[in-house]
Amino acid sequence: MKQLTAFTKKEFLEQLRTGKIMILGILFCLFGIMNPAIAKMTPWLFELMSEQLSESGMVIAEMKVDALTSWTQFFKNMPILLIVFIVMLNGILTAEYQKGTLINVITKGLKRWKVLISKLVMMAVLWTVGYLITFGVTYGYNAYFWDNRIVQNLVFAVWGYYLAGLWLITVLLLASAVTRTSSAVTLSVGAAFAVSYLLGLIPEIKKYVPTFLMSSNELMAGTLSSKQCLAAVGITAFLTAVNIFLSIVFFNKKVI
Amino acid sequence: MDILEISHIAKTFGNKKVIDDLSFSVPEHSVFGFIGQNGAGKTTTMKMVLGLLESDKGEIYVNGEKVTFGENHTNRYIGYLPDVPEFYGFMTPKEYLAMCGQITGMSKEEIRKKSAELLKMVGLEENHKRIQGFSRGMKQRLGIAQALLNSPKLLICDEPTSALDPMGRKEILDILSSVRKHTTVIFSTHILSDVERICDRIAFLHEGKIALSGTLEEIKHVRNGDSIEIEFLTEKDRDTFLKIYSGGRKTGRAKVLFSKKTERDMLEIMECLSQNKIPILRLERLEPTLEDLFLEVAGK
Repeated sequence: MKQLTAFTKKEFLEQLRTGKIMILGILFCLFGIMNPAIAKMTPWLFELMSEQLSESGMVIAEMKVDALTSWTQFFKNMPILLIVFIVMLNGILTAEYQKGTLINVITKGLKRWKVLISKLVMMAVLWTVGYLITFGVTYGYNAYFWDNRIVQNLVFAVWGYYLAGLWLITVLLLASAVTRTSSAVTLSVGAAFAVSYLLGLIPEIKKYVPTFLMSSNELMAGTLSSKQCLAAVGITAFLTAVNIFLSIVFFNKKVI
Repeated sequence: MDILEISHIAKTFGNKKVIDDLSFSVPEHSVFGFIGQNGAGKTTTMKMVLGLLESDKGEIYVNGEKVTFGENHTNRYIGYLPDVPEFYGFMTPKEYLAMCGQITGMSKEEIRKKSAELLKMVGLEENHKRIQGFSRGMKQRLGIAQALLNSPKLLICDEPTSALDPMGRKEILDILSSVRKHTTVIFSTHILSDVERICDRIAFLHEGKIALSGTLEEIKHVRNGDSIEIEFLTEKDRDTFLKIYSGGRKTGRAKVLFSKKTERDMLEIMECLSQNKIPILRLERLEPTLEDLFLEVAGK
């Protein structure tokens, strides 16, 4: 336990001192503000353009924005944050391989699985806290401007997306344990997402892939219920556990 | 008792055989010089001892316990200094040592005491800057401090002096010979003067095998005969002498070197000099240097 806390502490210190925590913190806050701001500004933007548009024959009826518009923005912007997050942390192990910094701590007797779990804990905490910030800020503004209650399955949609993000983080961990370069890690995460997305296009299995949890629009509109997502939740949780297990297996036999 | 025992290990990378049936052992409380050319397999051997690489066959025992690849229970006896030690640049030396201490399971008090003592020994006690701004020599010294933190029975140093200037080299060698009382030191290098300075036992690694090993004295006696160097007053004298007594190699202006000569040969040369009335400046019997041995072993 002492080893684990010592190395986890090092992970957080690293993200703090290299400025990554600050950058992520700012980004997660900024996106949280942007979601309601964009929703709020949409009618105003249309008004500005209405003159031009009416010249070309388009007439704009009165725009109606509400919490749903803002939440739609939330789920539209989340992929960008997720990509930034993955790219910022893709070197979490590969940078250590390339510099040889792990050799010292491994030869000091640090168990290899503890290296992985420390990194996983750090990434999971950053993702959770960051996600909560964006969610909290958007929720707060939405509650102030409009009414969050009109959105259906909100908590589940938000949680599902969070879980899918967690799954991708464990893919990043697995790819880092197997490959040696950060570009290979990013590619692997992209590939995992692509495979899940493409499988999701096949109607028979669409309900069983992790990316199904990102179907926020249907959930919020109420055309999809949370119950229908349970299979995907189970499978995503299972895949996440498998990723962690395989990472440890591969990392134990990795030449560092 | 042997702190390290290597028996019949082999390692192949692709189709290149780096280590081929290598066996040797290191007794406790010695400074063991592990010598070989670049690419001879020194680092590979050390990584196998540390369980960082898997050997194709054979066994390695550290303090009587078997080393298994991927696990590192035997590493609790070992302190390791890699050839280019790399640290987390965002930490200060003190923070780094504290982390290492926690990993090896030392108590807070022990960590505080031991790291202060070690940082003083390596001359970094006043340094509160982050490691990212450190020079090569400073990193090497911090490397020694981290390797000695948990008072290891065996200290393995991979070419600790290769990249340093003479001053830095001297500092590192002084530190290494000062710890020999408590620790067995294995130290790989291709700089032979370093070996002569601090090692008491050596092994030459050549083409994946031990070509020569033993104590420093034993090894120097392996060679049959020493070299004799004569310095003449003029080049003309030298050439005259060489016509009478052949087999020498011209080494400098008016200098000549005879290799592999016995004491009898020495007397013969002196006799020949006086008979022919050739004056000389200096006649010296040279002890074989490790460099000669190294070239001999590598040239085979």
